[in-house]
Amino acid sequence: MARTLINVPKTAQAGEVVTIKTLISHPMETGFRPGADGRIRPRDIITEFTCLYDGETVFRAELFPATAANPYLTFTLRATQTGTLTFTWRGDNGFSQTETATLTVT
Amino acid sequence: MRRLALLMLAALAAGPVWAEGIPAAERRSGFDTMSPDIQAMQRDGMANPALLWLADGAELWGRAPAPGRSACAGCHGEAGTTMRGVAAGYPAWDAETAAPIDLAGRIQACRRRHQGAEPYADESRELLGLATYVAAQSAGLPITVPDDPRLGPARAAGKALFTQRMGQLGLSCAACHDDNHGRRLGAALIPQGHPTGYPLYRLEWQGVGSVQRRLRNCMTGMRAEPFAYGAPEFVALERYLMDRAAPLPVETPAVRP
Repeated sequence: MARTLINVPKTAQAGEVVTIKTLISHPMETGFRPGADGRIRPRDIITEFTCLYDGETVFRAELFPATAANPYLTFTLRATQTGTLTFTWRGDNGFSQTETATLTVT
Repeated sequence: MRRLALLMLAALAAGPVWAEGIPAAERRSGFDTMSPDIQAMQRDGMANPALLWLADGAELWGRAPAPGRSACAGCHGEAGTTMRGVAAGYPAWDAETAAPIDLAGRIQACRRRHQGAEPYADESRELLGLATYVAAQSAGLPITVPDDPRLGPARAAGKALFTQRMGQLGLSCAACHDDNHGRRLGAALIPQGHPTGYPLYRLEWQGVGSVQRRLRNCMTGMRAEPFAYGAPEFVALERYLMDRAAPLPVETPAVRP
């Protein structure tokens, strides 16, 4: 399990635009670098990130080898109702991690 | 080792040295000369990637290395109170080995002596995580100069190493960081070289590293053979660098380009 840091405002007013910040620990090995033995290290990156808001996709990103290690993604969404935000990172070598957070709308 | 002893002796004769270096009022952290983007990255409590290591360290602090063994928290309790200001005074004197010891060395020694565990590998995620967590408890506090006469020889040896020309390029630490800070080496701005934020996240490394990793980088750049991790030369250099940086505030976990 990679370590993640997720920042979701605890509460928001209906209709308010809120900022979500996510950070995940990942080497994002490009697949172009030689290792200490001179051989190319196999690619190991996160390729896709999605955020679901009560099951509906509200943000999606594709990541490529040029993305830095420990990718930090931030985006905004409009808070409509109290619900669960589901964050999923998928990548090479079957990497998959899901975290959830609750957004309370007052 | 013998060379270090000689350096220590030579420098001892020169007397107290910790008031030297850049005058206290002119000391500047590398933070001040970074681009605003990277400054914001360090300040932001979410965007700073070193926080991932900090979270690792916080977890390790409370976790016993083996069943029946004490966790760090078992002896030291709440790090926020017991470790506050500790890193600002390191490297310190280790009575057991009768030698100066840096923060990473102290963590390793604690594991061996009190936790009955194997030391972590140099620059391992765990060691960097714990060192980041302990050092971050001193964030914002000024670096202090421990008033311990037993550290005198290490200070002097550190200063001698700092000013000694080495490697195929014949450079010394002082040649850049004392004499030419604020100017450029190629495209890079030469900082004053104060270890205020270690362990820190370096964008070039794409990860967190120790001050010794940075020093090894510099030595490789000078085409000198770097000392090994944990070498007494590095601990002596760290002591001198901290004296030279006081009273700048501790910035751990910092971000640098």
